[in-house]
Amino acid sequence: MSKKPTKKHEVETTGHQWDGIEEYNNPLPKWWLYTFYICIIWGIGYSIAMPAWPIFKSGATPGLLGSSTRANVQADIDKFAAMNKPVQEKLVAVNLDEIASDPELKNFTQNAGGAIFRTWCAQCHGAGAGGNSQLGYPNLLDSDWLWGGTMDDIHFTVTHGIRNETDPTEEARFSQMPAFGKDEILSTEEISQVVQYVRKISGQDNDATLAAAGETVFADNCSACHAEDGTGDQAQGAPNLTDAIWLYGGDVDTITYTVANARTGVMPNWNERLSEADIRAVTAYVHGLGGGQ
Amino acid sequence: MWDYIKLIALGLVAVLAAIAAGNARDLAYQVNAVEIMLAAAIAFIWVLRTMGSHQPASQNEYFDGVVRAGVIATTFWGVVGFLVAVIIAFQLAYPSLNFEWAQGYLNFGKLRPLHTSAVIFAFGGNALIASSFYVVQRTSAARLWGGGLGWFVFWGYNLFIVLAASGYILGATQSKEYAEPEWHVDIWLTVVWVAYLLVFLGTIFKRKEPHIYVANWFYLSFIVTIAMLHLVNNLAIPVSFFGSKSVQVFSGVQDAMTQWWYGHNAVGFFLTAGFLGMMYYFVPKQAERPVYSYKLSIVHFWALIFLYIWAGPHHLHYTALPDWAGTLGMTFSIILWMPSWGGMINGLMTLSGAWDKLRTDPIIRMMVVSVGFYGMSTFEGPMMSIKAVNSLSHYTDWTIGHVHSGALGWNGMITFGTLYFLVPRLWAREGLYSLKLVSWHFWLATIGIVLYASSMWVAGIMQGLMWREVDSQGFLVNAFADTVAAMHPMFVVRGLGGVLYLAGGMIMAYNLWMTVARQPRVETRSVAAVPAE
Repeated sequence: MSKKPTKKHEVETTGHQWDGIEEYNNPLPKWWLYTFYICIIWGIGYSIAMPAWPIFKSGATPGLLGSSTRANVQADIDKFAAMNKPVQEKLVAVNLDEIASDPELKNFTQNAGGAIFRTWCAQCHGAGAGGNSQLGYPNLLDSDWLWGGTMDDIHFTVTHGIRNETDPTEEARFSQMPAFGKDEILSTEEISQVVQYVRKISGQDNDATLAAAGETVFADNCSACHAEDGTGDQAQGAPNLTDAIWLYGGDVDTITYTVANARTGVMPNWNERLSEADIRAVTAYVHGLGGGQ
Repeated sequence: MWDYIKLIALGLVAVLAAIAAGNARDLAYQVNAVEIMLAAAIAFIWVLRTMGSHQPASQNEYFDGVVRAGVIATTFWGVVGFLVAVIIAFQLAYPSLNFEWAQGYLNFGKLRPLHTSAVIFAFGGNALIASSFYVVQRTSAARLWGGGLGWFVFWGYNLFIVLAASGYILGATQSKEYAEPEWHVDIWLTVVWVAYLLVFLGTIFKRKEPHIYVANWFYLSFIVTIAMLHLVNNLAIPVSFFGSKSVQVFSGVQDAMTQWWYGHNAVGFFLTAGFLGMMYYFVPKQAERPVYSYKLSIVHFWALIFLYIWAGPHHLHYTALPDWAGTLGMTFSIILWMPSWGGMINGLMTLSGAWDKLRTDPIIRMMVVSVGFYGMSTFEGPMMSIKAVNSLSHYTDWTIGHVHSGALGWNGMITFGTLYFLVPRLWAREGLYSLKLVSWHFWLATIGIVLYASSMWVAGIMQGLMWREVDSQGFLVNAFADTVAAMHPMFVVRGLGGVLYLAGGMIMAYNLWMTVARQPRVETRSVAAVPAE
């Protein structure tokens, strides 16, 4: 506002009137007009500098600056890929157990593995890897493992997944608990007995009479996988039932549901989506979360 | 004779709709068919009962019945739209409000298009139709053309809204933002829109004023362009004549480009040009001042409608859309900045010489804030179209904040001002029931918008920065869920802003109701359609 209109509005109206509305014949505000012109001139210049004008059959003018959003993002990706290449090659070459003792690899797998985990794994296991006991996604922070917690075990699980039918090598980890109630293997009474027994061996409140009867049921039906003492078997993914850690929940209703209907949690195979270096990085990251063996 | 033709046509529609309902392949289509059948049956009975009792309306009186109906519909849909808005805002902040028992019907995904359509098409559309019917009659000094066709436009348009809304809830959607209704509903809207164009043009043709007022240029450009956008973006082939599902004619990036050519110009011509038409009549009327510059209105009108139509590609930066199309979209968007501001200058400068009214007249205050938000959004829009800015803002809640500063600030406030202007005049009442309540509405709405826009700016910019944050080795630092958790407080603030805005809308509805119910009648209002000069 360089020159303030000191004079009163004495501009003429156009002489038209609509329902009492008149219009002043004010000129276009100068600052408005010049800004408009500048924008137009800039627009012409910008569309010469950048890819802009379509040409029949041959795409468009490339622009004097040769800018391309695809090329830019590719250059960005290439830069980091080149930078990380040596350490990734080393990561793939070493023995899995050597990663933790190599400072360079340890640092790299913490960053890369963390990013991979937050991108691909956090959807089920949670951003903090704490799992989800309502939906049955395992907690990866504790030392209780379904299929083993060594570097080799975790690497195999990440590579091939669990109970999927998509792994091209068909090596997905597989085991199937019978649906004791749905398939009428056990009676309702037997199920409530064995549930009380499981409550007993996991150190929870239980009905002593039912639990005593449940011990036989357990020995006959469950011990083959979960072991005589109920501590489970990682070779076939059978959970330890004697600790306080539950995949789906340790209350009577949830255990009853599990025994009656079985559980069939699935994990995808990552060998088709992630490189070996990425799988090793996320393996080391998960191993380092606290529960690694 | 004419009545008999109407009866036969309505009877036929009812029978065909019944057949369609019987053969329907899906629930949404069936419910839509039943709704059409009921509408035709009600219209049939109404025509039958009023047969022979028509008295030819005097051509010297304005046709205001349809405007009154439009004002009521605008207020009603406004409150409904704001209510759904508050519900979905809190569903985002507290996901447990997506109740298990309501899954598939009242969860966020179903309610979100219901909200956008309710506020844009039901609230905004009724406001545009009603105000354009009012303005075109006054500024042409002529009664609305087409006899009862105006009523067809009103009822037809509101039937379209009911069809669309019930379809959304039952799962009929094209999945195109702001163009969700399926093919059968689109065809109905086309019929209504052609009738609307005829009524508007017919009135302009028989005007008694020598020139066409600027407000009518804007209204006309809005009606014509929306017709074109609607037809092209909804080109689709129905899977079955008796089902709601259809397949788009375009696919891939061509479909995306068509959609955002439509989407951006729905903003440009529905929410900008149409509402500028509203501003060009109601601001000078309420301020009782001449429009600031005739010349500016010509230049900015033609520049605006020429430039807007090319700006759509800026919605598709950094996608499969080629770079060149993005460059052009961005260039046109930036050149569009000044033409958009022409409307703001004309609106604000019209008040020069009447600035004191800001203190005494809350309606003027609403209109000024409205034009102010118009100016801010039309600066923010071109800025966000710049590729570098867009790489941060795209897909974040910054976009949502931008849209709402325009929608709540500009479209909402100018509509409120218009409703407050119209109701005493349409019902011949001695002023509004309470100016104090208008003031309350003004402050609730303004604070609501500020809460909404600022919380979404913070949320959006934070979200964008978190998404792009990488460590020194090029790895992403945040999980997507981390950004969602970080935005929670801003989501709550946004919801509170919405509550304030809804409260303002309800106060307005009460105030308008009481104006009609309690204010004394004035008999002096002239409704004679005589040219002013």
